[in-house]
Amino acid sequence: MFSPPPPHPEPCLQAVLAEDPITNHSRMGSECCRFVVMILVANVKRLTVGITVSAFTFLFLPHFVCHCRITVQKAQHASYLPDTMPNHKSRATFGFLLRSFNPFFHRPWNQHLLPSPTSSSRFTSATFFDKKCSLLQHDAIRGDHQVFSFFNPFRNFLQTKQWGVGFQHKCYGSMAELVQRNPRFSKLNDDDVRYFEGILGTKNVVQDEDKLVASNTDWLHKFKGSSKLLLQPRTTDQVSQILKYCNSRNLAVVPQGGNTGLVGGSVPVFDEVIVSLSSMNKIISFDKVSGTLVCEAGCILENIMSFLDNEGFIMPLDLGAKGSCQIGGNVSTNAGGLRLVRYGSLHGSVLGVEAVLANGTALDMLKTLRKDNTGYDLKHLFIGSEGSLGIVTKVSILTPPKLSSVNVAFLACKDYRSCQKLLQEAKRKLGEILSAFEFLDGQSMNLVLNHLEGARNPLPTSLHDFYVLIETTGSDESSDKQKLEAFLLGSMENELISDGVLAQDINQASSFWLLREGIPEALMRAGAVYKYDLSIPLEQMYNLVEEMRSRLGNTANVIGYGHLGDGNLHLNISSPRYDDKILSQIEPFVYEWTSKHRGSISAEHGLGLMKANKIFYSQSRETVQLMASIKNLLDPNNILNPYKVLPHSLIS
Amino acid sequence: MKIMVGIKRVVDYAVKIRVKGDKTGVVTENVKMSMNPFCEIALEEALRLREYGLASEVVAVSVGPSQCLDTLRTALAMGADRGIHVHSTSSLFPLSVAKILTHLVLFEKPSLLFLGKQAIDDDCNQTGQIIAGLLNWPQATFASKVLLHKDKQVVTVDREVDDGIETLSLNLPAVITTDLRLNQPRYATLPNIMKAKSKPVNKFTLEEFNLQIKSDLEILQVTEPPKRKPGVLVASVDDLIHKLKHDANVI
Repeated sequence: MFSPPPPHPEPCLQAVLAEDPITNHSRMGSECCRFVVMILVANVKRLTVGITVSAFTFLFLPHFVCHCRITVQKAQHASYLPDTMPNHKSRATFGFLLRSFNPFFHRPWNQHLLPSPTSSSRFTSATFFDKKCSLLQHDAIRGDHQVFSFFNPFRNFLQTKQWGVGFQHKCYGSMAELVQRNPRFSKLNDDDVRYFEGILGTKNVVQDEDKLVASNTDWLHKFKGSSKLLLQPRTTDQVSQILKYCNSRNLAVVPQGGNTGLVGGSVPVFDEVIVSLSSMNKIISFDKVSGTLVCEAGCILENIMSFLDNEGFIMPLDLGAKGSCQIGGNVSTNAGGLRLVRYGSLHGSVLGVEAVLANGTALDMLKTLRKDNTGYDLKHLFIGSEGSLGIVTKVSILTPPKLSSVNVAFLACKDYRSCQKLLQEAKRKLGEILSAFEFLDGQSMNLVLNHLEGARNPLPTSLHDFYVLIETTGSDESSDKQKLEAFLLGSMENELISDGVLAQDINQASSFWLLREGIPEALMRAGAVYKYDLSIPLEQMYNLVEEMRSRLGNTANVIGYGHLGDGNLHLNISSPRYDDKILSQIEPFVYEWTSKHRGSISAEHGLGLMKANKIFYSQSRETVQLMASIKNLLDPNNILNPYKVLPHSLIS
Repeated sequence: MKIMVGIKRVVDYAVKIRVKGDKTGVVTENVKMSMNPFCEIALEEALRLREYGLASEVVAVSVGPSQCLDTLRTALAMGADRGIHVHSTSSLFPLSVAKILTHLVLFEKPSLLFLGKQAIDDDCNQTGQIIAGLLNWPQATFASKVLLHKDKQVVTVDREVDDGIETLSLNLPAVITTDLRLNQPRYATLPNIMKAKSKPVNKFTLEEFNLQIKSDLEILQVTEPPKRKPGVLVASVDDLIHKLKHDANVI
């Protein structure tokens, strides 16, 4: 019977393996022959034929059905074609049949199906079947996901006690897109390792498999690379030397900070060398008068916050991942977070950046000046480019003073319109003291209460449809409290809020924040999650959630929460297992919907690997062309974080 | 049946405390202050007894400067019926507070006096015990469960002691001090905050009580505990033994 190809050390990602096609294929072929013979020998002819025919239908019908949902990209076309291509599919099917049943058909899997590679095409298409082949190794990371065997319905049944054929996508954030390792990149060899050991010392060059697993896998356990080398430089000079060498050797590099990214931008796709900034974690200086902090890129956000707390200042950004994320990564991804509504984005707070370009040049733009209009402000290129233009090694950031009076209120609203009106009122009545405005819907609340330990419902008396968390930060405790209470009571009288609680001490405030910040973790525990981070005009924001609910019905749990103050929706779809049916209902509908409303398909998470080819939903062709030109200028060999951020077709 | 609850305004539990430069105390300026967590638990228990129908009124009492009113407002927002604020700006130690509260108890005549087992700023764990002594009332401290039998005028209290749990039966009136596992205090909901604005808070001064509070204690100095020394890596077992013998003096 068909058995899956031998397990590969390659990632369970959308990476088609170009290696060992013949071994796979011939084993396939011989297995296939064996099965046919077995059937013929063991049974009566007619029965044999009947079984064979029904087996084929059983096995291949879903395959054909699934085919309809494949997204095949024709990379050389200028216009983005998300729809399926019938010609490709039927050829693919035929090709599949040919290869499967002809044991002498020794050709690599997908050669038949490759569009003729042009200079700009970085994309390979393959059948669903091929993809499945490479992905069918059991994913050991998340044991609760079962891998269904496409080929062996009996094994299937034994594993799941269900008949039928299903597929398990472990690593899917977006629809099927296959990335192939760029052959231009060199493979790592011992000389390289010795060179790095020469620069960094043996302790900071990690090749140990176990330690590499953590750096190769992202926080969501969705993306797994297969890097063999992790470097931990301690100074900018070392980073510079590493990059210079990698550029000359054409070794691909992934800069890594806290590895808390949600779009697969922080982990290798194939065997890129990981350059971890974690060892560069010194705080260099802090000016108490201006509040300017200069620190290295590997400082963990929470540590910086504790340091600043002692000095009487706070960081202008705050996010749920603060215990692990590093400031270099925050800056490289232009992280948003919970306080953006008050302190603005990092483009405003970051005063200077020191970055190392792909060829090893260290750019010292580490100013601590609030105003500096000398020439083009290049630091903005590095803020938000997700490590694709340069590695950020030092950051200089303006920190606001810590204000003594912080108040947090957790409110319940009956519908989305009230939430919107509440935001308008809050901006007006609370004005300068408003520091955070978050919302979550009833389903998010349920999820957190069910899956997160220590989560306590502050409004247990009844279930509400919407919850809003408001935080105010000011300098005068009593006047702030008065203002907030007046605002809240007024909103209650106007029926904008149906119920609410005001935190009386810091512990209560933390427990409210836990409900909002703990949603991603609760989602992880609930099973498989499809994450979308969208910027949508406020009026229509929740319409998307409702449309998704009607599209998915009972098959999945759709929850919406986010930074209402910034117009940022975190749409998450939670289901017990990853399922292509669900994914096809979500994508590309979500992106198209967002595009139609002139929103952003990635408000703060970035593009990473997950959305690398989706940029056209939110940016014009010309803009993206210019981005590609800049990328080619700063990194002509494309060694920095390849396969990510910009569409593969544009990076040559 | 009336229940009185003693409330103390302290530095918030989650704040990182620093010692003042002149070592006379802890920095309390511009630092978040809130209700002592054990007092919150005490108040919550009193409110629950009222909700079970076993008590008719819950009175929250606080002694201290005028900012205590904020804490009393919180107590009212949680559900207390009335507040009493005894104004005093001098530094207060448990004996002084106990004397003041004794006076109030004789004035208000509650059947139960709930207090937190200790305050998180001084960790004295004395006020409840002293009051019980002054009033000659039975006391159950470190309460982890309270069962009130109103008809029999008896309260059964489980105490957390070093050996485990001790169950006591006390005749009313009694003093109970509350420990952490007794309950989880409720949040102050907006409707209750609104109602709290109209609840009365009576203010008294020490002169009205004809009380002279003179403290027998004087704080000489407040210092931080010595900083933890970083660990030392030893090169060999002999080195370790040498250090244990001579530096740590344990063998």
